[in-house]
Amino acid sequence: MDELIKCVVWDLDNTIWDGVLMEEEVQLKQGIKEVLETIDSRGILQSVASRNNYDDAMSKLRELGIDHYFLYPKINWNAKSESIREICTSLNIGINTFAFIDDQPFERMEVEQVLPEVYCIDAALYTGILTNPRFIPERITDDSRMRRVMYQQDIARAAEEEKYPENNIGFLRSLDMQLLITAADETDLARAEELTVRTNQLNATGKIYSYSELEELMNNPDWRLLLCELKDNFGSYGKIGLILLSVGKTALHIEMMLFSCRVMSRGIGSMMLHYLNQKAVEKQLSLTASFKDTGRNRMMYMTYKMAGFVDAGKTDGDSSLLHYQPEFSSGLPPYITITDQSNI
Amino acid sequence: MILKEKIRSFILSNVLVWEDEVEIADDDNIFKLGFVNSLFAMKLLNYIEKEYSIQVDNTEMNISNFSTVNNICSLINKKLN
Repeated sequence: MDELIKCVVWDLDNTIWDGVLMEEEVQLKQGIKEVLETIDSRGILQSVASRNNYDDAMSKLRELGIDHYFLYPKINWNAKSESIREICTSLNIGINTFAFIDDQPFERMEVEQVLPEVYCIDAALYTGILTNPRFIPERITDDSRMRRVMYQQDIARAAEEEKYPENNIGFLRSLDMQLLITAADETDLARAEELTVRTNQLNATGKIYSYSELEELMNNPDWRLLLCELKDNFGSYGKIGLILLSVGKTALHIEMMLFSCRVMSRGIGSMMLHYLNQKAVEKQLSLTASFKDTGRNRMMYMTYKMAGFVDAGKTDGDSSLLHYQPEFSSGLPPYITITDQSNI
Repeated sequence: MILKEKIRSFILSNVLVWEDEVEIADDDNIFKLGFVNSLFAMKLLNYIEKEYSIQVDNTEMNISNFSTVNNICSLINKKLN
């Protein structure tokens, strides 16, 4: 099945607007603002790959009141495939979730040749994307509606980070990060499902749970379904983590743990494992976890292993069982406050 | 540059630290010195795999293999031989 589109990259001349900016007065294509707004409200990101003078094109976008829709716009003289690749790297989402819209067959062919996974669309068909199933997420959540704004907050954070020496903990401390853990309620289920679908790299089992499965788990007293929200001085990162726990007689077991790759550099996974261990110790339980190699989640395996988990055979299912056996504990880092309202 | 120095300099430029100047001796446990998060661990793993064209297996991804400059170098040497 073709992936849901997560980012649309637009050409400008004769695509977003009629005319060529360097040669004439240009005008927005009819209905393009509505298309941009609708795509944005569905939580699909948008960017630009255009051959133009950067300052001229940006000031035109501002003048037209649509500049805020575009993340990491690439307006330069490079190959468009190169621009798309750079946008992909900046956004850190899979290239197979990109669409590219351009009026010029040559540009679309160039992108198709270099990046065959990118979905290339003729600009003449721009209104059609709104009814194309690849542009229609099954559910739209608070988090998806805010997605572009959250990326913009991330860009502001990155600019702040530039002011600090590389890898200096002072930056993390300046953020005043707060991690809020809550038990899932009905309003969280759509987001929880979305997290299982969208999260690949920081996903311990890669299992996708449907809305109804999650609802069942939420209401089943044998399970605890938890959401994590991260906030800092720049705003909320949204609900970025999902954890499924079972509290047994001898062990607190992490059946599923996943985090949005947007918080990858914050070390939230390591902190949660440490925190869950504190909980397990309080309850005099051991701490175990399920892990399944999906080919894309090596980072999550590393998170478990570097936190002090060791391989301990198989679970009842087809996952590996990991057992927490720390040689020592480095403690929770001083730059984050954890508030737990979940009553694990 | 000899192996140890390369590894040391990679750690120093990537681990999260309080001070701008830190020193790491061959047997210092880097997990105790600073806040080693999974991103750092992954960067280190990618670095040694790429730099030395080796593939670290899941069973070798243990804290002990990554905790000191000496241990990281032994892992690399073991894989190279």
